Amino acid sequence: MPLLQPLGRTFLDGLSAIGRLALFTLRAILLAVRPPYYPRLILKQMIEIGYYSLPVVGMTAVFTGMVLALQTYTGFSRFNAETAIPNVVVLSICRELGPVLAGLMVAGRIGAAMAAELGTMRVTEQIDALVTLSTNPFKYLIAPRLIAGIAMLPVLVATADVIGVLGGYLVSAYKLGFNPGSYLQNTVDFVEFLDVFSGLVKAAVFGFIVALMGCYHGFHSRGGAQGVGKATTNAVVSASILILIANYIVTELFFSR
Amino acid sequence: MTGDLKIRVRGLCKSFGRKVVLKDLDLDVPRGESLVVIGGSGTGKSVLIKCIIGLMKPDKGSIEIDGQEVTRMSAGEREEIMHKFGMLFQGGALFDSLPVWENVAFGLIAGQGFNRVEAKEIALRKLGAVGLGSDVAQLYPSELSGGMQKRVSLARAIATEPEIIFFDEPTTGLDPIMSQVINELIKKCVEDLGATALSITHDMHSLRVIGDNAAMIYDGRIIWNGAAQDIDRSGNSLVDQFVQGKAEGPIKMPVRPL
Repeated sequence: MPLLQPLGRTFLDGLSAIGRLALFTLRAILLAVRPPYYPRLILKQMIEIGYYSLPVVGMTAVFTGMVLALQTYTGFSRFNAETAIPNVVVLSICRELGPVLAGLMVAGRIGAAMAAELGTMRVTEQIDALVTLSTNPFKYLIAPRLIAGIAMLPVLVATADVIGVLGGYLVSAYKLGFNPGSYLQNTVDFVEFLDVFSGLVKAAVFGFIVALMGCYHGFHSRGGAQGVGKATTNAVVSASILILIANYIVTELFFSR
Repeated sequence: MTGDLKIRVRGLCKSFGRKVVLKDLDLDVPRGESLVVIGGSGTGKSVLIKCIIGLMKPDKGSIEIDGQEVTRMSAGEREEIMHKFGMLFQGGALFDSLPVWENVAFGLIAGQGFNRVEAKEIALRKLGAVGLGSDVAQLYPSELSGGMQKRVSLARAIATEPEIIFFDEPTTGLDPIMSQVINELIKKCVEDLGATALSITHDMHSLRVIGDNAAMIYDGRIIWNGAAQDIDRSGNSLVDQFVQGKAEGPIKMPVRPL
C-alpha cells in the first residue's frame, strides 16, 4: 500500500493540474473577448512577438530550406528524381517545418519571456497591485498576449515560408546547378492553397499554445527567483511538447483520408 | 453598530494545508479611523489584509465593507468594491514596465476611465503631495531609491482618492529618517482624504505616528485592541513583550543554540 500511495498522489496531482489549466484557459478566452480591450498592450505584444522574433525565425527558416534542398538532392539523385526538389522543399516548409520550427523558436523566445515577466510580477506583488487598482489581470496581462500570439505567429510563419523556400532556391540554383527560373516556376506551380493555409492554421494554434503556457506558468509562479526560473522552464518545455502534439492533431484534421 | 463600521470582520479562518493562520478572527475598523495591526512575522497580518481586499479567499467567516458582505460577492461586484480601496504594498509593487507617472495614474486610466492627459495632471499633483517633483515622473521605478519608490507607491494608493487605504508594512527596509517621512505622509494623506486606514506593521514608531487605534494579532486571533496611545498600558503580557521588543516572555521564538 505505501508504494501505491505516491503513485495515486502523482496521478491525482496530474488530474488537478489539467483541471487548473483547463479553467485558466477557459477564463482567459472568455475574458479576452469581453471589453475592456487594451489596444496599446496588444500592439506592444504584437511587435514583441512578430517583429522581434523575425530574425531568429528567419535564420531558422533560411538554413532549414538550404539543408532541406541539400539533403533531398543527395537522396533523390540516387533515383534521378532531382526535379522533385522544389516540390519537396515548398511542401515541407509550408506544411510542417515552417510552422513547427517557428513555433518552437517562438516558444523559446517569447514563452520564456512571458513566463519570466509574469512570474516576476507575481512574486513582487505587481499582479496583486493590478487587482487593487480595479484591473482584471486576465484582461490586462493575459488577453493581449493571447491575441498577439494567435495573430502574429501566422505572420511569422508566412514570412518563414517565403524565406525557407528562398533558402532552398539559393542552394539549388547556385550550388546544385538548377535553373533559377524553372526552380521558382516549379515551386509556384506545385504549391496549393491548402498547403499554405494548413501551415498558417497550425501557426495560429501554436501561437495560442506558446502564449497560454507562458502566461499560465508565469501567473502561477511562486517563491521568488527560483519559482520564476521554474516557471520559465516549464513554460518552454510544456509549450514545445504541446506544439508537437497539436501539430499531429491539426495535420490529421487537414490531411487524413 | 455596523453602521459606524467601515470594515467588520467576524470569525475569519484561513489555513494553508495543515498550517492554520487565522482562527476565528474578529476585527472592527470604524469609519474615518486609522487602525494599525501589529504582530510578529508569520502571525497572519498580511493574510488578514489580503482576505479583506479579496486577494485571498477565506475558508470561513464574514467580511463586511460598509455593511456589505464581500466574501460571497461575484467577480463583477468585487471589481466594483475595489474602487473603494487603495493599497501600499510592502515592496512597493510598482509596475516596472511603466514610468512613474503611469504607475500613479494607473488606477485613474484603467479603473476609472480618465484620459491620459487628465490622469497625468492628477498623477503629477499626487506626486507633488508626496514630495516628488515632475522630474521624477518620467523615470522608471528601477531608477528610484527605496524611499522614493515607497512615496510613488503611496501616491498611487491615494491617486483615486479611495475610501479605504491599506498599508502593508509601509516602513520596512527604510532608514529611520525616511521611515518618519513616510509615516508623516501617510498620516497627512489619510487625514486629507478623510479615508479609513488599515495598516499592518511591526514598527512601533510607525504605529504611534499613523494609528488612532491599534490591535495585536497573535496565534491567528486579535488578542488586544484599543487606542494606539494606550499600547504601552495594555495590561497584556504578550503585547508588552512585543512593544518592548523583549526576547524573553510569553512569546517564544523557536531558536536552537548554535
